[in-house]
Amino acid sequence: MSLSKEQVQHIAALACLQLDEDEFDDIVAKLSSIVDFVDQLQQVPTDDVVPMAHPLDQVQRLRPDVVTETNERDAFQANAPAIQDGFYLVPKVIE
Amino acid sequence: MNSAWEVVIGLELHTQLATSSKIFSGASTAYGAEPNTQACLVDLGYPGVLPVLNAEVVRMACKFGLAINAKVASRCVFARKNYFYPDLPKGYQISQYELPIVYDGELMIKDDRGEDKRIGITRAHLEEDAGKSIHEGLNQSSGIDLNRAGTPLLEIVSEPDMRSAKEAVAFMRKIHSIVRYLEISDGNMQEGSFRCDANVSVRPHGQEKLGTRSELKNLNSFRFVEKAINFEIKRQINILEDGGEVAQETRLYDSDRDETRSMRSKEEANDYRYFPDPDLLPVVLDDAFIAEVKKTLPELPDAKQARFVEQYALKPSDAAILTVSRAVADYFEATVAEFKDNPKTAANWITGELSAALHRDGMEITDSKIAPADLAALLSRIQDGTISGKIAKEVFEAMWTGGGGANEIIETRGLRQITDSSAIEKIVDAVIAANPDQVKQYRAGKVKVLGFFVGQVMKETGGKANPGQVNEVLKRRLRKG
Repeated sequence: MSLSKEQVQHIAALACLQLDEDEFDDIVAKLSSIVDFVDQLQQVPTDDVVPMAHPLDQVQRLRPDVVTETNERDAFQANAPAIQDGFYLVPKVIE
Repeated sequence: MNSAWEVVIGLELHTQLATSSKIFSGASTAYGAEPNTQACLVDLGYPGVLPVLNAEVVRMACKFGLAINAKVASRCVFARKNYFYPDLPKGYQISQYELPIVYDGELMIKDDRGEDKRIGITRAHLEEDAGKSIHEGLNQSSGIDLNRAGTPLLEIVSEPDMRSAKEAVAFMRKIHSIVRYLEISDGNMQEGSFRCDANVSVRPHGQEKLGTRSELKNLNSFRFVEKAINFEIKRQINILEDGGEVAQETRLYDSDRDETRSMRSKEEANDYRYFPDPDLLPVVLDDAFIAEVKKTLPELPDAKQARFVEQYALKPSDAAILTVSRAVADYFEATVAEFKDNPKTAANWITGELSAALHRDGMEITDSKIAPADLAALLSRIQDGTISGKIAKEVFEAMWTGGGGANEIIETRGLRQITDSSAIEKIVDAVIAANPDQVKQYRAGKVKVLGFFVGQVMKETGGKANPGQVNEVLKRRLRKG
């Protein structure tokens, strides 16, 4: 196993995932096999290769600095579970 | 500061770029709008939307790079910085990681002894700002305002080259001055357009290895930066001298208590899992573009300061004050264009009376109630002896409060200096005759009494006599007898 249970617990915490105890071993094994595959790729010599940032061989197009959006708050907030005074409400995030 | 320890400081300065629209969307960046009225689908992180990079943001970052003698990357890449917080709807911030747009820059500051010191600038990268959370007045909820989400930021990262809180502030002020000269940011610290995080550590003098650092977050004034760093230095030295270990952590500065507090614990150590953002292609800048931007660079503070010393024979310290902001420098040059005789006087009035009046009324120099040409007219009247420097202050106040131009005020209020020597002699003689005791003292060698006589003559003339002339006549008349 290239990944430990602790490492997977850490990754799960970072991703805000709650994993059941009985599925843990299975996930560790599956994730490990992906990491093993990447390790295999790491064997290929790449010293002369420029790291690829994007699979498309193109460059970013830029847009002019112009305000094109209008206020559509009411429409957007119709999708929100809770709003008040124009704010989106979330469970309190400060102690 | 305890001399057994060496302080090591690096800064991260988050500079909001002064664009009209956001970095990846066409929503407005105007400050102070109603919550969420400037947050579009891209800013809200709706599924299926794509970011499109703002050309102006690229141009501004390039301009900054050129101004700090840095390299502007011919190819740079955006990356996702992953973390969860409600004011970051996508679950990641688009930033730059391995290939920032600007790297390897430098800046000269004055160190604590007033010597020139080079501070390295590791990099400056583009990123989007997060939204804002409010925690009061909404019961058990926090409120999220995403107007600020997607606002373009240039994060400027220094090398750990600073050795005191004062140097850190000097560096920060210099960057602040440069971004405003370049007109890429308004630098408004109250509105959060210019924010500072400081990495602070201490190590025994002579030790190569850096000590464990703490990161001080969101220091939003020059004064707080200095105070927070100084508090932190003391805190770390105390821990180390007691045999303890400094924890690597993020700390918040509490300005009310003048102390720093731990914000994030070690268990949640930052792990952002950066990777290239597949929604954005690499940004490629060719030499022609960079050369084009270079042409738009204004004269920068250091160059302007040197020119002011050279061209106007100012003291370097005066030139430094005048060139901190481009607006002040422009005001000075507009004034001396009309008042060529004595730039030093112009400098003194701008850094003295004018800046005090602006400060008192909470105004910027661009809103000054006295235009450069009007100040020049006042200074010309001092220079040609029409009024004394003291009376000039009175005229200045009258001009400031809307009393008209300098010449008009001098004439209507009868403030012309008395330079007619016979008139002054008459008054001097009267004062001498009225104060025989003081005359005796003076003649007995108590020359300090001269000040008393000068005061009396000034009182008689309402301050309008030429002080040099009064001195001269008094000495001559008192010697007789």
